[in-house]
Amino acid sequence: MAERRVVLSFLRWQLDKPITYKLVKDYDLVVNILQAKVTTEEGKLVLGLEGLEQNIEAGVDWLKEQQVIVEPLATGLSVVKDECVDCGACTAVCPTGAVHFTDDWTLGYDEEKCILCLSCVPACPVRAIHEKF
Amino acid sequence: MKTYAEVNEKIRSGKAVVLTAEEVVALGKEKGVKHVADTVDVVTTGTFGPMCSSGAFLNFGHSDPPIKMQKIWINDVPVFGGLAAVDGYVGATEISEKVGFEYGGGHVIEDLIAGKTVTLRATSYGTDCYPRKDIETEISLASINQAFLFNPRNAYQNYNIAVNTSKRTLNTYMGILLPDIGNATYSTAGELSPLLNDPNYRTIGVGTRIFLGGAPGYVAWEGTQHNPQQVRGDNGVPMAPSGTLSLIGDMKHMSTRFIRGAYYYKYGISLFVGVGIPIPILDEDMARYVCIGNEDIYATAFDYSVENRAKPNFGRFNYKELRGGSITVNGKPVPTAPLSSLKRAREIADTLKKWVAGGFTLTEPVRPLPADHGFKPLNIIEPEHRA
Repeated sequence: MAERRVVLSFLRWQLDKPITYKLVKDYDLVVNILQAKVTTEEGKLVLGLEGLEQNIEAGVDWLKEQQVIVEPLATGLSVVKDECVDCGACTAVCPTGAVHFTDDWTLGYDEEKCILCLSCVPACPVRAIHEKF
Repeated sequence: MKTYAEVNEKIRSGKAVVLTAEEVVALGKEKGVKHVADTVDVVTTGTFGPMCSSGAFLNFGHSDPPIKMQKIWINDVPVFGGLAAVDGYVGATEISEKVGFEYGGGHVIEDLIAGKTVTLRATSYGTDCYPRKDIETEISLASINQAFLFNPRNAYQNYNIAVNTSKRTLNTYMGILLPDIGNATYSTAGELSPLLNDPNYRTIGVGTRIFLGGAPGYVAWEGTQHNPQQVRGDNGVPMAPSGTLSLIGDMKHMSTRFIRGAYYYKYGISLFVGVGIPIPILDEDMARYVCIGNEDIYATAFDYSVENRAKPNFGRFNYKELRGGSITVNGKPVPTAPLSSLKRAREIADTLKKWVAGGFTLTEPVRPLPADHGFKPLNIIEPEHRA
């Protein structure tokens, strides 16, 4: 099984397409919606895709055929170590434990666990957490 | 029994046994309080947390022609100028008039300590002796005369645990509180915290020499809202916010490692202040206090969604549970998160330990902190009832 995180951008006229349903049904993918933002103008979806590598590939190709812009979500957040004071205010709002304390109470960031909800960004009192993309 | 003179003699001769407040808890558990009293001379404490009631007095020097600065700004942050001609006070929570919450008094203090140049602007009505009516120039910590932190309230002896029972997220000075008691935040260094190691203020008082922001500083006075009569456990340790300290120290020797501007989302600006206080182990009583560990220090959980002064509470939890990452509130597990840095509190206690080992002697308070003050509310008196 392979895993991939992608950012989908689509325009107003594409909004009514049952994208996630097609990915699940036709390509047998486990779709995890990490972020979704749909306005009257456009839509943005951050998806975690899990399935056979060739199915993910085919699913992404299908999305592109639908003129959905598909970009890889290669990296998540960066915690600037020189700025961070290891206080822990960000850990209060992280839903997955992606920002967490290591054994010696240093702040750690686990990209694998991050669902890019960005709750931690405003929670940081010294603005040490930044979005990478 | 030891005297300050004896402890200081040991420090001077390099023979003092100095432990951090964490190390002494471990030693006490292993060998007992009596052993600690017999063998340990000094225990160093530390805390690094947001402390809003902080600020800096600055003296800018006189321009030519001179000005009696009436309204003052540094980097567009208002500075209190209701003092003599070129004295000002930068309050940590003051907000920039240009960029709002992006920058404030806490950041001015941090930038000055970092050695950065900042823009000073002032206006005046002009007097015969101070004819200038406005000024704009650049200053730095090195270019001005005095620059000292004078913080009205630091090092709170214990603090609340904050939860939120409402249906909406709250942005508070206790961080972001998630709805339906989705999290619980706390802000004390627990067994490392200065006043929790001397719960009855036997050795910490006016004149005590301390670590403040990376430099030697002093306890100037009791802090504002000092409330020694707070409810206490059998071990004498308060279980809710209690004593406080007013601290003073020379900014010119401080470091941004231990003083940092802070912004709490939609709440405002604050200042991370690093404080460490050395505690002499004069007798078995003091040894007993410093040996109190996280499992025996309790804080009280309050509902921050209640917009009243008196907030309902959800019981007490000890710092071992809080550090453990989860507490049970109303039968439900709630993740906990600190707002003060344990890692940096440890660094402060370790640094102070090195200072003491290197000859930083201890000061006997010139006046004890009050033990009998209550905490008065502010009552709203309608015009018809005013004197």
